[in-house]
Amino acid sequence: MPHDHQHSPGAPHRHPQRPDQDDTLTYWRAMEVAVRGLLIDKGLVTADEVRRQVEDMDSRTPLQGARVVARAWTDADFRARLLADGNAALEIMGIDRGPYKLVVVENTEKVHNLIVCTLCSCYPRWLLGLPPDWYKSRNYRSRAVNEPRAVLREFGTELAGDVAVRVHDSTADMRYLVLPRRPAGTEHLSEAQLAALVTRDTMIGVAVVGAP
Amino acid sequence: MGADAYPPRFAAGDRVAVRRAYPPGHVRTPYYIRGKTGVVERLCGIFGNPEELAYGRSGRPKQPLYRVRFRQHDVWPDYDGPAQDTLDVEIYQHWLDPASD
Amino acid sequence: MGKSLSAAKDAEPIIGAMRSHHDLGGLAAERVQPTEHDYALWEKRVDALLVLLTKKGLMTVDELRRNIEALGPQAYDTMSYYERWISSIANTLIQRGVITIDELGRRIADVQARGDGR
Repeated sequence: MPHDHQHSPGAPHRHPQRPDQDDTLTYWRAMEVAVRGLLIDKGLVTADEVRRQVEDMDSRTPLQGARVVARAWTDADFRARLLADGNAALEIMGIDRGPYKLVVVENTEKVHNLIVCTLCSCYPRWLLGLPPDWYKSRNYRSRAVNEPRAVLREFGTELAGDVAVRVHDSTADMRYLVLPRRPAGTEHLSEAQLAALVTRDTMIGVAVVGAP
Repeated sequence: MGADAYPPRFAAGDRVAVRRAYPPGHVRTPYYIRGKTGVVERLCGIFGNPEELAYGRSGRPKQPLYRVRFRQHDVWPDYDGPAQDTLDVEIYQHWLDPASD
Repeated sequence: MGKSLSAAKDAEPIIGAMRSHHDLGGLAAERVQPTEHDYALWEKRVDALLVLLTKKGLMTVDELRRNIEALGPQAYDTMSYYERWISSIANTLIQRGVITIDELGRRIADVQARGDGR
């Protein structure tokens, strides 16, 4: 039970904002306004660029990743390409290839992959959007490397003893995406229907894709 | 003014040891992996050195970056899981030595 | 003397060789709470500024990280994620001479006096 409600990837989804954010002008929020204003006054960025960049990031959601996963499940050539060169595979789908190398790691009957960044919060943002708070939390970053199976259980994911857990600490210039296993009994589903099954958490590796 | 990039010293399959070093400043080699031995899974590419880039310099010569795979039981003596579990970490070449064993 | 030095080499690192407070892998910690929130507009703007500044060659992600790490353990633990980012971006721009301490200080005071977060 990673969450008390189910996420459908990409669908508009509301979480509470912490108080003090858009309604209170904190010192740090004032600093953002000040830095942005100075950069605009100096001609280094424009207000329009900032606005467009915010909109651009808003358009990047786990649905993009889910589409990639569903294509890999239904197209063996694409899957091979994705595992060999993640960025090139994104381009095939008309998705931004991104500023970092994308390494796609495949879950199989015998291997389960889990992604963490112990030093900060590295995440394939251009593909999946901004990471969830828990991914950036002290508890996840500390324990995912040395207690991955316990962390997986906290997300409701129990693995058999003969499965190898491969943890990837994203410390430098690679960004990682887990290619989850396609659930049984989905042979009749279309690519779009398959994509709807794939959640963000399954592409980080804390969860597995459930049957429809 | 010297080479633009260091040539790769290691290839996939090589056993490597992470230097047991504790310099001050910004580094991208996690504390927990220093002194541990693993196997090069792949050469990721050649990248600007983050220890230089972090201070506004060019990051050159660039450094080869490797994904190194470690057995969890080699990293954590009390690891609670089966022998086949592994941990991959990206490590720049200047943090790696050939393994002595 | 030589003996104890060589023994120390294989044991724990020497005093002063501290683990940096952002370097969390393997530390004891609590259960992972599956928390998330919708990012506020000001947080998205901080994210946007970083992307634009790196694209324009005005700073690097490495400088962002270094100046977050430089905040020290207490600030690191008490400030929110994008509070750390904007602090780090401001410090990097000062270090690079893109903005001055004086103009930033005056500008923050103006924003606070106006009370307008736009």
